[in-house]
Amino acid sequence: MSPIRVFLHPSGNLPTSIHHMKHLLLIVLLAATPTVAVVGQTASRIGIDDLVKDMTSTNTKVKVYNFWATWCGPCIKEMPLFEKLSAGRPDVAVTLVSLDLDLDPDPAKVYKFIERKKIKSRVLMLDERDPNAYIEKIDKRWSGALPATVIINTATGKRLFVQQELKDGDLEKLIADVL
Amino acid sequence: MKHVMLMMVLVAATALTPKPTGYEVGDSVVDFKLKNVDGKMVALADFPNAKGFVVIFDCNTCPYSKVYNARIQELDKKFANQGFPVIAINPNDPSISRGDSFDEMVRIAKAKGYTFPYLIDETQSVAKAFGATNTPHVFVLNKKGSELEVAYIGAIDDNAKEANAVTKRYVEDAVNALLNGQPVTTTKTKAIGCGIKWKNA
Repeated sequence: MSPIRVFLHPSGNLPTSIHHMKHLLLIVLLAATPTVAVVGQTASRIGIDDLVKDMTSTNTKVKVYNFWATWCGPCIKEMPLFEKLSAGRPDVAVTLVSLDLDLDPDPAKVYKFIERKKIKSRVLMLDERDPNAYIEKIDKRWSGALPATVIINTATGKRLFVQQELKDGDLEKLIADVL
Repeated sequence: MKHVMLMMVLVAATALTPKPTGYEVGDSVVDFKLKNVDGKMVALADFPNAKGFVVIFDCNTCPYSKVYNARIQELDKKFANQGFPVIAINPNDPSISRGDSFDEMVRIAKAKGYTFPYLIDETQSVAKAFGATNTPHVFVLNKKGSELEVAYIGAIDDNAKEANAVTKRYVEDAVNALLNGQPVTTTKTKAIGCGIKWKNA
């Protein structure tokens, strides 16, 4: 594991032993060097209330939220479609919401995935305890199965929901339908 | 021309929007006949003494199925002799999810010593009739005369990650209520899970 990733770990406990202190020092030094400033994308944790706010705030007209996890084969298969969308459509805000923390409290897998696949879209990790409570808040039509995608026109409030793997061209159609 | 365009848009939209099909709580279930890991066909009618069933759409590959595997086996050990056996059904298309082949189901059922049927839903018609969407997805059925009524739909409990930290045992609570002749308090829940691997249309 690279020290940089450890540094980015948002909720890690501070190391206390001397051995760990050395590591911490190294991490701090690395973080202070200019090369580290170009560290790419990372993923922040988000609670359900903030996610709901994020989904409804009108800062961007069309928002696309894809719910995925590193263990989900079809999610990984469709991810390039979201990457293509966020690169090609600056008018659409794409967010990939990882549900990995539901099964594994350690976000390392998500960080590694983002790094390995060079994910450029915005990634969030939903950090919540009671799926039965939060799934409905994201979309009433969602059973909780992954992958799932919500397309929102924040100006009109129109929302489309898909609970299956998307194919090439589907997102463009859904965006046209929501506009 | 305008109408044709509108139709095309509508068709495209409906193709992607999930239709709310399947059973709701209170609905009567139509029996099915599916192949078990021992090669024999199994129907709900084969259990004349059952008071109901814990039907679980499950699979070999989903990480949620894996973390719940021991809990599913415990449910059968706890409730089969009280009249609510577990019936596990794998609806995944093995051509999409290779680890969900029938041979692999046989291997897993043997290795884990399954005490309950593990059925393959080759045509996915049972999963569709129930409205199952993910694995594991539970349907608790309650026998009322000759009818089997859906009493609970959803998750096994409220904590996939840690069996020790569970605070709400949805399925256990539902079956216990039925055994005591009481109404089920929580009849529907949701949980994160693996989407069923549907055959390509």
